[in-house]
Amino acid sequence: MTILNSKIPDGPLVDKWTNHKAKIKVVSPANKRKLEIIVVGTGLAGASAAASLAELGYNVKAFCYQDSPRRAHSISAQGGINASKNYQNDNDSVQRLFYDTIKGGDYRAREGNTFRLAEVSGSIIDQCVAQGVPFAREYGGNLANRSFGGVLVSRTFYARGQTGQQLLIGAYSALNRQIGKGAIEMYERHEMLDIVKIDGKARGIIARDMVSGEIKRYGAHAVVVASGGYGNVFFLSTNAMGCNGGAAWQSYKRGAYMSNPCYVQIHPTCIPVHGDQQSKLTLMSESLRNDGRIWVPKKKEDAEKLQKGEMHPNDIAEEDRDFYLERRYPSYGNLVPRDVASRAAKERCDAGFGVNNTGLAVYLDFKYSIKRLGKDVIEARYGNLFQMYEKIVDTNPYKEPMMIYPAIHYTMGGTWVDYNLMTSVPGLYSIGEANFSDHGANRLGASALMQGLADGYFVLPYTIGDYLADEIQTPKTDINAPEFTEAHKSVSDRLDRLMSIKGSKPVDYFHKNLGKIMWDHVGMSRNEEGLKKAIKMIAELKEEFWKDVLVPGEQGEINQELEKAGRVADFIELADVMARDALNRNESCGGHFREESVTDEGEAKRNDETGTFVSAWEFKGENKEPVMHKEELVFENVELTQRSYK
Amino acid sequence: MAEKILKEIKVQAWKQKNATSKGKFETYTVKDISTDTSFLEMLDILNYQLIEEGKEPIAFDHDCREGICGTCSLYINGRAHGPDDDITTCQLHMRKFKEGETITIEPFRAKSFPVIKDLMVDRHAFEKILYSGGFVSVNTGGVPDGNAIPISYDDAEAAMDAASCIGCGACVATCKNSSAMLFVSAKVSHLARLPQGQVEAARRARAMVAKMDELGFGNCSNTGACEVECPKGISIANIAKLNREYLKAKIAE
Repeated sequence: MTILNSKIPDGPLVDKWTNHKAKIKVVSPANKRKLEIIVVGTGLAGASAAASLAELGYNVKAFCYQDSPRRAHSISAQGGINASKNYQNDNDSVQRLFYDTIKGGDYRAREGNTFRLAEVSGSIIDQCVAQGVPFAREYGGNLANRSFGGVLVSRTFYARGQTGQQLLIGAYSALNRQIGKGAIEMYERHEMLDIVKIDGKARGIIARDMVSGEIKRYGAHAVVVASGGYGNVFFLSTNAMGCNGGAAWQSYKRGAYMSNPCYVQIHPTCIPVHGDQQSKLTLMSESLRNDGRIWVPKKKEDAEKLQKGEMHPNDIAEEDRDFYLERRYPSYGNLVPRDVASRAAKERCDAGFGVNNTGLAVYLDFKYSIKRLGKDVIEARYGNLFQMYEKIVDTNPYKEPMMIYPAIHYTMGGTWVDYNLMTSVPGLYSIGEANFSDHGANRLGASALMQGLADGYFVLPYTIGDYLADEIQTPKTDINAPEFTEAHKSVSDRLDRLMSIKGSKPVDYFHKNLGKIMWDHVGMSRNEEGLKKAIKMIAELKEEFWKDVLVPGEQGEINQELEKAGRVADFIELADVMARDALNRNESCGGHFREESVTDEGEAKRNDETGTFVSAWEFKGENKEPVMHKEELVFENVELTQRSYK
Repeated sequence: MAEKILKEIKVQAWKQKNATSKGKFETYTVKDISTDTSFLEMLDILNYQLIEEGKEPIAFDHDCREGICGTCSLYINGRAHGPDDDITTCQLHMRKFKEGETITIEPFRAKSFPVIKDLMVDRHAFEKILYSGGFVSVNTGGVPDGNAIPISYDDAEAAMDAASCIGCGACVATCKNSSAMLFVSAKVSHLARLPQGQVEAARRARAMVAKMDELGFGNCSNTGACEVECPKGISIANIAKLNREYLKAKIAE
């Protein structure tokens, strides 16, 4: 018997959320005014939650590390947001979006959560339109859609290649309206460094004012972590430089379980790494796969010439081009899900068919769609992405194919939550990318924005009431309680320790090394030997970090190196649990590919006998091995089949 | 396209301990930089070197490094976001610089954007302007179907052009009057072009202009400098639109 209670409501799938909403408790308006909620992070999930909760009458304090909530990394999402509106009359439905999401996630997500996500998806679009989000329109005035990977319908709403930006500006404007009214206290340039629990319940946070360096205490009746994913464990990723796993990791250390940390999404269409001076990778939206065709040369000698710069891609004849996705997956072609597309690119490059000087790139070619639709149409659809590509790579994608390669992009794993989005710590919630809940082992394109906003606008504002209804008698949190003093001291001690090591190597040295260990052994392809080696190497790196890191400057001032040091210290610990989780999962599923588990055709092979569970890791103390709990996944509505996109 | 190595460049950067102290330029030498390296990666390399030498790194704001979050804010060789068009600082690459060149880096300078350390400034004044009216007053839930109100293709595109603003502040830093008119007009125009935003268009224009004035931003004298340096190509036609909306609001008073 597991200690994890997912609280998925009984009854038919289609009625679960409706019935649940009818049963959970509601807090009266008079009592909402007495209750305080802390929201950490102001991306799509955090901003939409903070605004919605404040509209309901709760007192909200919101925190972000950026200088403005508008800069949270949701802003970088390009391609779009899914919703089962069926505006295209192409037989889309809640059921189909649910099924695509479960299948796309390789049957490693909860049916109940995923169905709810599909169910509220339509309301998200309505909400965003009402806020003034300028979605793309048809000439008749209706909303336009496009297709994304892993699905056969057109259900993705978009605002050019800046959908995340426009949705975030929508949520941010709702947030601003509440800040202006005094219903939200906004703390920019503040980083959460600990969760405070009183009597086992989350009652506040400790945060560092990143301008003054001051460590401050904030109390509440509930804490919502909406801090995004931990892709920056890998050093090079498409995440923003400041994205970190800190809030999720501190939650873990205070008793919230970490689920499926090995599920990491590697996005197939990123600009390839150019050399060892790089700090950041840039994504090229998946939407490009709608109109771009992916290929490498058929002949190895052509690939070798391309690698040496002795040949131009436009000089390779049609019959000498290998459109390997179209060849291997004729029914989905270039629109296979991300994990499949990434592995296929790696397979070709590993076989020696890579097209740039490092041999780690494939072509994404628009020649064919420009011929079919004209340059103007392509420019209208992807102009800003093409411009971005040209600025970085210095070649013109209208004239020669783009070069792309997979890169770390999103983390499906995250803090364990129940159906109410509450973690294993009462009163502590986790929403958006920070939790593990809806995408299983692989997320479909344009579903991250959907999940962030579903959680923030339409799920958490309901479910948090069920907990807070029992807290209406709880007085305002006393930030001088011994639990706050303890957490405050633990944060200060850790920062002092980081400052006092005065070793010989900058933080980036450790971060780069961690990234290399993770990419080599816990990246796109994993095996038992490599994972065991990684666990050992991570432990050694941790020891070296705490002996030899060099953090310049002072604690009581703006200190970007100190900020990084704390985050990298967290990443090193998180990396260990990721590797353990990957080692423990003896199957290939979604973004987790174990070399020991493949079909005869070289495709990922799931093991549904032993693999249909959610892992939930429990912290057992510093330098102690964590313990894994299992939540069994129950499938009553979908039949588990080997995923095929052929 | 071919990658080259810049053997040596000099970086003359503004150093200032905090908001209350006086700042000055410091000069540093950076070696062996690939022209494919981004400008901020060059600063990463310089900072790494400084830390190893036991010196303080240069503090600068940056985050997404994809030109969309609006965090980066440098004034490079006399231009907001540096010597290239339609980009943010993070999209600037070293191929825009020459061997042996001295690159001068300053923070965005404007009365309403105080320097808080080195190259970092406080742009909170922008937030305050938005609190005053940069939204549609609609709560979560209870809204009509997304297709209930048709919006013409052209209106949606014009709104999107204005909504592309990333709030970086280059317009203010570039303007000789430190005017925030391009920023304010982009928001006013984005919402006024959509039926959802038209309901409170007058109130919005009035409130945002009043707040902008209160926060010490200068007046617009139509030099058009903001439009030139805007990384997202926000047009000064938006300022004309703001003036019309503002005038309409004032006449209605």
